[in-house]
Amino acid sequence: MTKEAVQRTIDAIWRMESAKLIAGLARIVRDVGLAEDLAQDALVIALEKWPEAGIPDNPGAWLMTTAKRRAIDLIRRSRLREQKYEEVGRGSELYTEQEVDMSLDGEVGDDLLRLIFATCHPALSPEARVALTLRLLCGLTTDEIAHAFLVAESTIAQRIVRAKRTLSAMRVDFEVPAGEELKNRLSTVLEVIYLMFNEGYAATSGGSWLRPLLCQEALRLGRVLAEIASAESEVHGLVALMEMQSSRFKTRVNSEGEPVLLMDQNRALWDQLLIRRGLAALDRAQKLGRPMGAYALQAAITACHAKARNAGDTDWVRISALYEALSRVMPSPIVELNRAVAIAMAFGPAFGLQLVDQLTAMPAMKDYHLLPSVRADLLAKLGRMDEARVEFERAASMTRNARERELLLRRAAECE
Amino acid sequence: MRFMMIVKGTTDSEAGVMPSQELLEAMLRYNEELAKAGVLLAADGLQASSNGIRISYPNPGEKPKVIDGPFTEAKEIIAGYTLIEVKSREEAIEWAMRMPDPHGNGQGEIELRQIMGAEDLTQNPETLAMEAALREKLEGPKKQ
Repeated sequence: MTKEAVQRTIDAIWRMESAKLIAGLARIVRDVGLAEDLAQDALVIALEKWPEAGIPDNPGAWLMTTAKRRAIDLIRRSRLREQKYEEVGRGSELYTEQEVDMSLDGEVGDDLLRLIFATCHPALSPEARVALTLRLLCGLTTDEIAHAFLVAESTIAQRIVRAKRTLSAMRVDFEVPAGEELKNRLSTVLEVIYLMFNEGYAATSGGSWLRPLLCQEALRLGRVLAEIASAESEVHGLVALMEMQSSRFKTRVNSEGEPVLLMDQNRALWDQLLIRRGLAALDRAQKLGRPMGAYALQAAITACHAKARNAGDTDWVRISALYEALSRVMPSPIVELNRAVAIAMAFGPAFGLQLVDQLTAMPAMKDYHLLPSVRADLLAKLGRMDEARVEFERAASMTRNARERELLLRRAAECE
Repeated sequence: MRFMMIVKGTTDSEAGVMPSQELLEAMLRYNEELAKAGVLLAADGLQASSNGIRISYPNPGEKPKVIDGPFTEAKEIIAGYTLIEVKSREEAIEWAMRMPDPHGNGQGEIELRQIMGAEDLTQNPETLAMEAALREKLEGPKKQ
């Protein structure tokens, strides 16, 4: 293998092993930042040794052993040692390699769960949670994260350093929460993953509609979570939602890079494998037998679209009912707007417009560009073209996405 | 990017001999590992080619020939596949290297093939243009 080939293989191994490595180490040293440093040390040693000695048969185990040794050295040398002993009240000879071995060979899933609860800790800002999660659980480099968010590398680097410092200073409990706390903390974790996914799925600013890396990472992380927290129905709900939304990846934009509306997409190009996976995940969520949560309900709505072979076959009555349920679990003007669209499709545009007009009065909807856009569409359907044109133009002036603005202005022009 | 790990057939798989319990368990553990890493999309084993059908077109423009199995050349026969989604070619190779020897009798062979898809096409402007042209062709009739 050439030096570059070894480097690329090490990159791949790092991506596969780093989360497990950091998670296992974090349990021993009780500090996420320190755990990452130790894992990085092991990577540096690998980068020195492997190009000469060749890649070991079990590179994951090699990295773990190397990082473990560093951890033991550190525990023996540093003040951390005394802290540890105070905490557990043990004699000095107990901190042996064998003991560290044992604690590292436990259930990997639990370690990963602890790690994701730490990187998605409520003490961190949403941006910091996403950056830290991408870094520690997805094994992305600072550069890759910066690229995905279209910001400077130094910004992301700083965000990550600060996040690790916050967790360290707060002495964040490196545990999986239980009971009611688990519910709250899990919803933060799911929020981070979905935020990541949406950031990739529809960039809110700039010219690009698709940032596939973020979508793929979010989906992968969701799939991991579905295996290690399989009793949580909302985890499966979120995975179902992301799988099915990803199935339309290819059809969301046309060859000019313009968005194609759901109803106009070529369904033959939807990824049936992802749809099937999404439906299976939704089934898992429902089989857990609890009332459907916000993600499962959104997934069920997406499933209605995924199952319709033609746009005309869409079960809008069922979608209206699901939005009704969703508005109870997750009350929001945006859900109401979607419900209005579904009702317009199921029972006619006049019924939809009635609901939309009620929303127009709400202060929360003032800057939401989709409201005038939906209103315009309904007005156009009712043949009220002059009013429709004004609304399309208003929507265009409110969106931050250049592509979307073009589309809205074109629709305004069509109202002439 | 997606890869298909294709497990080639052997004399045993063609004879319908089931793998040993030990191998089955190792495969199960491996699939679990793939699932827990979030990279597994699908995996299936195929029945022996004696239950297969081949459709060939020896004379272009004429009716195809339909031939029932079994087919010879076990190495050219697919015994199973695992579909994974990974970030790089090297990652796909690493995962394939971790798959247990699929037959354990010296005939085991795994072939890795990348799936054509939009996500890997987006990297390359040339292929991106090709994809766009194809999409236009497919979506053409739907446009107003």
